[in-house]
Amino acid sequence: MAALTSITTKAAGKPAMSAERRKRETRAAWLFLAPDAIGLLVFVAIPMVFALALSLFDVDGFGNYRWIGLDNFHRMLSDPMLGRAIGVTVKYVVLFVPLSFAFGLGLALLVWNKFPGVGMVRTLLFLPNALSLVVIGLLWQFLLVDKQGVLTKMGRPFGLGDVSFLGDPKWALPTYVLISVWYSMGYQMLLFLAGLNDIDGEHLDAARVDGAGAWQRFRHVIWPLLGPTSFFVLITSLVASVTGLQAFDLVYVLTKGGPDNQTSTIVFYIYQQAFSFGHFGYAAAITVMLVLFLVIVTAALFKVTGGGRLHAR
Amino acid sequence: MPVDTTESRTTAPTTPAPPRRATRRKRPAGGQLARALVAWAIALLTVFPLVWLLLTAFKPEGESFSGGWPSHWTWDNLKFVLTEVPFPRYLLNSAIVSVVVTVLALLFHSMAAYALSRLRFRGSGLVLGAMVSTMLVSLPVILVPLFLIAKALGLLDNFAGLIVPMIFNAFGIFLLRQYYLNFPTELEDAAQLDGCGYPRLFWHVVLPLSRPALASLSVLFFLANWNAFLWPLVITSNPDLAVVQVGMSSLQGQYASAYNYVLAGSLIAVIPTILVFLLGQRWLIESMKSSGLK
Repeated sequence: MAALTSITTKAAGKPAMSAERRKRETRAAWLFLAPDAIGLLVFVAIPMVFALALSLFDVDGFGNYRWIGLDNFHRMLSDPMLGRAIGVTVKYVVLFVPLSFAFGLGLALLVWNKFPGVGMVRTLLFLPNALSLVVIGLLWQFLLVDKQGVLTKMGRPFGLGDVSFLGDPKWALPTYVLISVWYSMGYQMLLFLAGLNDIDGEHLDAARVDGAGAWQRFRHVIWPLLGPTSFFVLITSLVASVTGLQAFDLVYVLTKGGPDNQTSTIVFYIYQQAFSFGHFGYAAAITVMLVLFLVIVTAALFKVTGGGRLHAR
Repeated sequence: MPVDTTESRTTAPTTPAPPRRATRRKRPAGGQLARALVAWAIALLTVFPLVWLLLTAFKPEGESFSGGWPSHWTWDNLKFVLTEVPFPRYLLNSAIVSVVVTVLALLFHSMAAYALSRLRFRGSGLVLGAMVSTMLVSLPVILVPLFLIAKALGLLDNFAGLIVPMIFNAFGIFLLRQYYLNFPTELEDAAQLDGCGYPRLFWHVVLPLSRPALASLSVLFFLANWNAFLWPLVITSNPDLAVVQVGMSSLQGQYASAYNYVLAGSLIAVIPTILVFLLGQRWLIESMKSSGLK
């Protein structure tokens, strides 16, 4: 809001410009904008539109295009592997979003107050998020090697010593989710900390004076005031879990979509269709459906929750 | 409304904590201590995998899976990766790409942000809206069409292909614009009265004043590009152009069970990340928080 109004106030405050100066300012503005405007157009906007066009063609590995109308979309309906990939992504979202939300919020509440070394603790908790997903994939693969990995061995007392965490179709997806949570909880903690620091301490003090316990203060003061932050975290982690790098890089390094395609997410499947099988048109058609779906879900969530102001009404 | 919080945070990263902390200290000391211990325990558990990475990279061959401390510390794994694998080449490629993308992105984004915050022209709102709407698009989503366009532009298998498409992202423009809207125009007005043209004004007045915002963005961009994997994976196939993340994933294929080498490579790849992260942490966190609450 402030951003938008300040343009108008600034313009109003200045004396009217001469036509000549106005022209000069406009020309300068477009010259300054040119590199980014052209870049965003060519490398973001045009690809979006191009995806739509591409989805109507059959494109082979040699770059020959053949118009096939809606055939790619028909094919999606009868592609069991796509159905499976959608299932994997849905399961991943359903597990990852609430878990990382809970961990992020929990950690933020834990390190909100000062204690000796709180800065260091925050840094350590955030550290995994600064690492590359390739390193994370390789490292966790090593920690979870069947029977020998250090974490697999630690699972022995709990009867998990013989589990193949990344090789068993039952375990691969939950393992992938937990690694993702480990990776992103520090980032979400940071977002929640920013939200917590915006809460006026007087509300909490008032609640304490009224005899509210820790849980009541959280439930009736902190949680409602965190509404917009929670909404933002929810949306970003939803989008990240469907289309973020964590949905590709980690899968590529950890499991290559296996075992038995149990970790083949939609974006990994799109990559495979295009770059392993050369079905660029079909991959573009899946991309189009994915974008449509995300736009609808984001709009619906925004509508339902009023941008997170559910409690503030 | 959250825009305001973004602005205050970007411009005043060192704002001290509000005084309400004092009232909270009245809590019983025992609860405080327990909380601190739990927090420390979780933090140490969180970084345990990284400690294990460090230890394993220095363990002699055949000890990768033996527990605890190395029987003796050895440089062999690191030496092997740096001499028998073209790892120095990977590191150099990554450094070139990350630095060039970061520098060009900062220049272009601050130019665009300057135009969108300071210069008046018809359609500025529209341009801003169009640019911000591209913030929702992630690489995996446009991967296939972007690849075909980059290929058509002759960007396959060369440095330009690794660099150019990665420069453009609206988040940087957005953040810098917020920053510019928030600092006073007096200096610029004075320079303008002295007959200073827009390019000189930008270069000598605006850019020097944007240092704090540029610092936080540079940490963010450097890390993102150093850690990038998907785009370099599809746009290059020439091994001489492999960046460090791609090189490592090929290490995984070549030395599948030789984890001592794989982890030594990981350690080398992670060192610049951790250094940049620790040095630029405060700036990074400022820009991430702003990205979070726009």
